[in-house]
Amino acid sequence: MPDTAIAEAPARAATGGNILQVRNLEAWYGESHILHGINFDVNAGEVVTLLGRNGAGKTTTLKSIMGIIGKRSGSVKFNDQEIIRATSDKIARMGIAFCPEERGIFSSLDVRENLMLPPVVREGGLPLDQIFDLFPNLKERLNSQGTKLSGGEQQMLAIARILRTGASFLMLDEPTEGLAPVIIQQIGHTIARLKKEGFTILLVEQNFRFASTVADRYYVVEHGKIIDGFSNAELAANMDKLHTYLGV
Amino acid sequence: MQALYAQLLVGLINGSFYALLSLGLAVIFGMLNIINFAHGALYMMGAFVAYFLLNLGGINYWWALLLAPIIVGIFGMILERTMLQWLTGLDHLYGLLLTFGIALIVQGVFQNYFGSSGLPYAIPDQLRGGMNLGFMFLPVYRGWVVVFSLVVCLATWFLIEKTQLGAYLRAATENPTLVRAFGINVPRMITLTYGLGVGLAALAGVLSAPINQVRPLMGADLIIVVFAVVVIGGMGSIMGSIITGFALGVIEGLTKYFYPEASNTVVFVLMVLVLLVKPTGLTGRAA
Repeated sequence: MPDTAIAEAPARAATGGNILQVRNLEAWYGESHILHGINFDVNAGEVVTLLGRNGAGKTTTLKSIMGIIGKRSGSVKFNDQEIIRATSDKIARMGIAFCPEERGIFSSLDVRENLMLPPVVREGGLPLDQIFDLFPNLKERLNSQGTKLSGGEQQMLAIARILRTGASFLMLDEPTEGLAPVIIQQIGHTIARLKKEGFTILLVEQNFRFASTVADRYYVVEHGKIIDGFSNAELAANMDKLHTYLGV
Repeated sequence: MQALYAQLLVGLINGSFYALLSLGLAVIFGMLNIINFAHGALYMMGAFVAYFLLNLGGINYWWALLLAPIIVGIFGMILERTMLQWLTGLDHLYGLLLTFGIALIVQGVFQNYFGSSGLPYAIPDQLRGGMNLGFMFLPVYRGWVVVFSLVVCLATWFLIEKTQLGAYLRAATENPTLVRAFGINVPRMITLTYGLGVGLAALAGVLSAPINQVRPLMGADLIIVVFAVVVIGGMGSIMGSIITGFALGVIEGLTKYFYPEASNTVVFVLMVLVLLVKPTGLTGRAA
C-alpha cells in the first residue's frame, strides 16, 4: 500500500500533551459493579493498549469513556474537559470515535452507507481516497450489503468509517479478534500508519504479540482495576509478569 | 362493468388511506418498536384540525394539507417525549396498552364535544366535478387522493431508503446505542420519527375529510383493518406497507363486486393465511 497520501496529510496532534485523563472510573451493568476505580492517562499521538483477561473490564472501560454505560462515576477528562456526565453523541462530537468489538456493521445498509454513516464531527477527517488507499477492498465492495463482507473486510469497514469523522482520538476494541494472521498484519500496518498520521489510539487487545507491534504503552486491567503499566521499551523486562497477568 | 370500475376506484381510495396509515405505523414500529394503537385517533385529529382551520380560521384545504400534519405531528412528539419514551426496552404490550389508552381518551374527548355524527367538510373548488374516462366516470377529488397518497408514500420510501437521514433511521433501528456513539442525537431522531409517522396519519385524515366527513370515531373504524394490512405487509417494512395497503384496498373493492358478503372480512382472512404461511409478513424480516 502506498504511503504517499498519508505522508502528505497534516499531523493531527503533537505527541506528548495529555489528551485523556481517567481517574477513579467506576461502572455498573445493572447491579453488577464492573469497574472499581480505573486510573490511566493517554498522551496525544500515542497508541496505548489495555491488556487483560476476558471479563477484566477492558471493553467496559472503553464504553464508559464513550458514555455508553448508563451508570458510571469518577472522572474522565478529554482535552481537559470533563465528559463523565456527557451523552455518547456529545462525546463523539468532541472528537472521540469508538470501534466496537462486534464491529457494528449495519445489515440494512450497504458498504457505502455504512462508511458514510458517522457524521463528520470536525475538520481533519481522512478523505475517501485516502481511506480507500488504506483499505482497497472496500472500494470494490461499496454496493454490497455490509454484513455480506468477510470478517476482515467488516473490521476494515468498522475502522474506515470512523476515520472520516475528523475524530482525533480512536478507541479500537479488539480489532484483531477472529481474524486471519494476514488480516491482523494489515490491521497492524493500518494502526501504525494512523499513528504516523497523528491519531491518538486507545486499543483493547488480548493478543499482546499484535499489540507489541503498534503500542507505545500498556496498562494491565484486572478485576476492574489497572494493576500495572509500562512502556513498550519495558515490555521485554515485564514479559514474565505479563504472562502471569494474562494467563498465557 | 361500470360497477366493477367504480369498486376498483373505491378500493384504490381505501388503499390510499391504508397505505398512508400503515406506512406511518411501519415507520413508528421500525424506529420506536411501538405498536401505535393511537394511530387511528391521530388520523381523526388530522381531519378535525382541517375542520377547525377552515371553520374557525378560514384556512382552506390546501393549507390544511400542510398545517394539520405539522400540528398533529407536534402533538405526537409531545406524547412521545412525555410518555412513550419511558417504554424503551419494555415489552410491546406496554406500548400497545398505553397507545390504546391514549386513543380512547382522545376519541372520548372529541366524542364528548362533537358527538358521533359526521361534520361536513367541503371538497375544495379546484377538485370538484369529475372526468369521463370513457369506461367510467372519475370524481376528480378521488383521483387526486389516490395520486397524492401515492406520491407521499413514494417520497417517504425515498426518504427512508435513499437518503443519509434514512440511513441514520435504518441504522438506529438496528443499533441505536452505536448510532448515538457516532454523534447522532438518537432520542431527538426518535421523537421526529414519531412526529413523521403521526403526521402521515393526520395527512390521511385531511384527505379523508371531504370523502368520509369528520367524525370522532372515523379512526377507530379504520385502524383494525390498517393493523391487518401492516401484519400482512410485514411489521416495519416500508415498501411492504405501501404495496400491501394499495393491494388490499383493491382486493377489498373487487370482493365488494364479486362477493359483497365477504368484503368486510377478506382482509382478515388474508391476514390469517399470511400468518400461517409467513408469520413475518410478506416483506417483513424475522426478529
